[in-house]
Amino acid sequence: MTTSTSSGRRGIRLGYRANLVGISALGVILLWVVVALFAPHMIPHSVGEIVDTDYFGPVSRDLWLGSDYLGRDIFSRILMGARYTLGISLAAVSIACFSGVALGMTAAVAGGWLDTMLSRFLDALNSIPSKLFGLVVVAAVGSSIPALIATLSVIYTPGAYRFARALAVNVNTMDFMVVARIRGEKLPYLIASEILPNILGPVLADLGLRFVFVVLLLSGLSFLGLGVQPPYADWGALVRENIGGLPFAAPAVLFPSLAIASLTISVNLLIDNLPRRIRDRSPE
Amino acid sequence: MTGNLVEIRNLRVEATTDSGRRLEIIKGVSLDIAEGEIVALIGESGSGKTTIALTLMGYTRQGCKITGGEVRVGGVDMVGLSETERAGIRGTTVAYVPQSAAAAFNPAITIMDQVVEVAQIHKLMPAAQARAKAISLFRALSLPEPEAIGDRYPHQVSGGQLQRLAAAMALIGQPKIVIFDEPTTALDVTTQVEVLRAFKTVTRQHNIAGIYVSHDLAVVAQIADRIVVLKDGEIRETGTTSEILEHARHPYTQELLAAFRPKAQERVPEIETTANLPLLMVDQLTVGYGSRLRNGEPLVSAVQSVSLRLDRGRNLGVIGESGCGKSTLARAIAGILPAHAGGITFNGRELGKAGRSRTRNELRQIQIVFQHADTALNPAKSVEDILGRPLTFYHGTRGKARDARISELLDLVRLPKSVRQRRPGELSGGQKQRVNFARALAAEPTLILCDEITSALDTVVAAAVIELLKELQRELGLSYIFISHDLSVVEAICDEIIVMYRGQKVEEITPVRSKVPEHPYTRLLFSSVPKLDPTWLDGLQQDPEQVRTYCHH
Amino acid sequence: MRRQISSLVMRRLLIALITLLIVSIAVFSATALLPGDTATILLGQSATPEAVEGLRKAMHLNDPAIIRFLKWIAGIFQGDFGTSYANNVPIANLIHGRLANTMKLAGLTAAIAVPFALTLGITAAMWRGTLYDRIVTVATIGIISVPEFMIATLAVLLFAVYLKWLPALSFTNETKSFYDLMRTYAMPVMTLTFGVSAQMIRMTRAAVVETLNTPYVEMALLKGASRPRMVLRHALPNALGPIVNAVALSLSYLLGGVIIVETIFNYPGIAKLMVDAVSTRDLPLIQTCAMIFCLGYLALITAADIVAVLSNPRLR
Repeated sequence: MTTSTSSGRRGIRLGYRANLVGISALGVILLWVVVALFAPHMIPHSVGEIVDTDYFGPVSRDLWLGSDYLGRDIFSRILMGARYTLGISLAAVSIACFSGVALGMTAAVAGGWLDTMLSRFLDALNSIPSKLFGLVVVAAVGSSIPALIATLSVIYTPGAYRFARALAVNVNTMDFMVVARIRGEKLPYLIASEILPNILGPVLADLGLRFVFVVLLLSGLSFLGLGVQPPYADWGALVRENIGGLPFAAPAVLFPSLAIASLTISVNLLIDNLPRRIRDRSPE
Repeated sequence: MTGNLVEIRNLRVEATTDSGRRLEIIKGVSLDIAEGEIVALIGESGSGKTTIALTLMGYTRQGCKITGGEVRVGGVDMVGLSETERAGIRGTTVAYVPQSAAAAFNPAITIMDQVVEVAQIHKLMPAAQARAKAISLFRALSLPEPEAIGDRYPHQVSGGQLQRLAAAMALIGQPKIVIFDEPTTALDVTTQVEVLRAFKTVTRQHNIAGIYVSHDLAVVAQIADRIVVLKDGEIRETGTTSEILEHARHPYTQELLAAFRPKAQERVPEIETTANLPLLMVDQLTVGYGSRLRNGEPLVSAVQSVSLRLDRGRNLGVIGESGCGKSTLARAIAGILPAHAGGITFNGRELGKAGRSRTRNELRQIQIVFQHADTALNPAKSVEDILGRPLTFYHGTRGKARDARISELLDLVRLPKSVRQRRPGELSGGQKQRVNFARALAAEPTLILCDEITSALDTVVAAAVIELLKELQRELGLSYIFISHDLSVVEAICDEIIVMYRGQKVEEITPVRSKVPEHPYTRLLFSSVPKLDPTWLDGLQQDPEQVRTYCHH
Repeated sequence: MRRQISSLVMRRLLIALITLLIVSIAVFSATALLPGDTATILLGQSATPEAVEGLRKAMHLNDPAIIRFLKWIAGIFQGDFGTSYANNVPIANLIHGRLANTMKLAGLTAAIAVPFALTLGITAAMWRGTLYDRIVTVATIGIISVPEFMIATLAVLLFAVYLKWLPALSFTNETKSFYDLMRTYAMPVMTLTFGVSAQMIRMTRAAVVETLNTPYVEMALLKGASRPRMVLRHALPNALGPIVNAVALSLSYLLGGVIIVETIFNYPGIAKLMVDAVSTRDLPLIQTCAMIFCLGYLALITAADIVAVLSNPRLR
């Protein structure tokens, strides 16, 4: 017995079964997006200004999250850090998913040697552990922000490709693809009009998951001192700067980590609580 | 214990849909089965027949829940039992024969281990005794090599054999009642006969009661003592087999029966049109899959040197069992799967073998309609977009003209205008198949290849679709090539029939001239189609030699 | 059948070899072809052009890239990984002990994480939908969502700062007794185990749940089988391929994890060596470390593929 579905609806249909966990996760994500957009107008102290005479100062009324290893306001630095963490990750994941999905659909529909070559090559790239890939490229080209975005998008393109190709291959075996082909349709129509609407939901969900990976990798690189470089600082760099405060359990080490966790956990929870039909890999 | 083995009283089952809505799918069903009696549950898909049968084991599929009533088996109410207590009854008192034995056998375990598992779970008998019993069951079910077949893995035996092995698996625990869940639906007709016969013999011998779930009245007529007709989770009619077949009272039952006796071809046999140019000539077509061998032959050839001829305005049926190459033939004619050798002449012009090498106009004139509307219609597009695309693509129709033409097409296939904005997932099976057909009509073709287009539909719906095709033919002057495994469908609409077996055309027959089939395979095939006559199976005489030759490929 | 299996296995091995070739090209070109002149880096910005040119000649940097690539590959095959720029020591010597250290760390983690994660993943699938399953699911989502350095810092805070059970960030080489060994390895192994297990639990659970939804498991239920029987006898043999794959993929995650963990705990392994090499732009050392990591990853994935082929009952 098949359950009837009207798939292909984009995004989350409101009124679909309000899921408390999903909604609160969405709230946290939106909050961070707003912070990233308006951080310069929200910060109580300038990020470079030394406002505390003590370093690794505790939480206080003036410094909500304490001070860092130089006595700067951690709260302001986290708000500004959101710009780098979210901005770089979002740019990278968008580029990665766009190119991965476009290539994946093309490979699935065109088939033949193009598919084999692309798949073999991108699978090989995929078999370089992501952190390692990041290290090698950073070693070679340095870690300016554009270079970071480029590196991160190259690292995550093969994954997006593999995912989209698997979905597109499934759709490609459907009879409506045969019908369209034998009607005489050309590749661009097949991709844009027959395949894409069927895989859009899962592809967007995958984009979310991949965003989490990018945030984690970027934070990891910054933590190793190979990501965002001073004077800028993303959340990973904030943890690195203040790691010296760990023996004193300084809030400066804890809160940037918590900021990362709140973002990544929220994205994962949101995707986990999406309605099945959007999340599911297999088109019915 | 009261008189009846099974007593279902006021059973209610609820299902939770994907969107969290709850839906009552069984609405207060009551039903009795006596010891040794076989009761058939008949109805279309979604009527709740399997759901009711499974409640005998206290089991509901994921998302479903028994919300009311009782299901007493041998006096015990399955609804009230704990999961462990139910497990004790499953396999021993009540056993299950699934629709697809191929899916229900674990691919990683040998058949024997799975058959004797019931005995092992319930500690019924020592292992050696269980094996011996399994072998005797294999023999009773007339399986080949009963001693050795159990040592094979499920993928190493044929579908018909697996289905009988599943019955052995159900019978080894000496159940009082067996649930047969559409056990022959996935089988070819020639195989179905053997399996049905085996089921009937064994249940009679051991005086086992049965609940036989099916959508096929003719099959049910052979095996059931009583028939229960279901629709939308409610019982419409109950009666003995002959009562239902001969004196059906409920309109739905009558509709079911009517669908079973399709009107024969009404069209007057046309005057010989051989003088005219034939619409389609297929000459010595050979089609195959896989890479080519050194001599240029394909690795696996699915169609071997098949020729056929179709005149304008007439219909050709292609009939045969699964794997005979009939669908491949249609795909080769459509250009989906390029033929390896031979020629296709359409309207006097030689067509390219691959669709790619045909002109847009040639592609337009031959349209193909597939069996599964579910996969043939893009689930992400609205009916309007689906029908509009061929209009724009072939005829350049846009805007208002296109809208008007879409309305016309929906009218043609008798669909309401309200479906325009819907997606295929929101339509019923019959509606989907109509949209599927309307898309072919949108191209304004001269020939439509229908590949098993009624096989996935319920009997009543399928009959309506066939009627529609006949009407459209009269209105639009189309020709059809009808691919099917179902003789009655083909007979209802075709002027000529070719019979295929293992990629070859074995015979060509013309039903209107009531030419009697001559080839032994054709005879076997035709005689295996169940009739709405309860005595048909018992009276059926088939040459065992031929059954052996043609059934176990 | 046997021939089919061996040809499938050969195919996997061949694919692994091709992949390794592509990876080595990628690693080489990423480090050698991208901007940043090695000779200038080594000599510093103030070096005279003559000195830079001299060094370029000495290091064969003027040769075409393809020649340098082939020389590099040929060197690797002879066990010659080149010489570190930073301290002019043969790379083989640098790597030797450190590789063993990293293997020790990874091996210990795997020995703990694999049985732990498989048990949790399989039992969570077995009691799908229960409170136990939900707790496991939420916990694993939480863990895979946070960076390793966060798990590490939390572990330090808890065990070293508050409880004072374990030494904090320093790694001592004076591991005399089993107790000392436990203490020094506890936190790095714990951090890695957390991350690796979370991945593995999720994938194992998914693989088993997928098999539990098949008609043959339903059939087992209708024969009266208990839950453990359905899972252990009917689902597991068929989920073996995906589970082995899950183990391999998670263990490869270990390769990424050691980079952070070795840095944070100052552990003298190969990953720490590589991070240091990146800071000093010691390209030959980076190349070698990268190749070792990729080789490890590929070996895991290929092994998993082969196990999946062998465990397919249809090929028996």
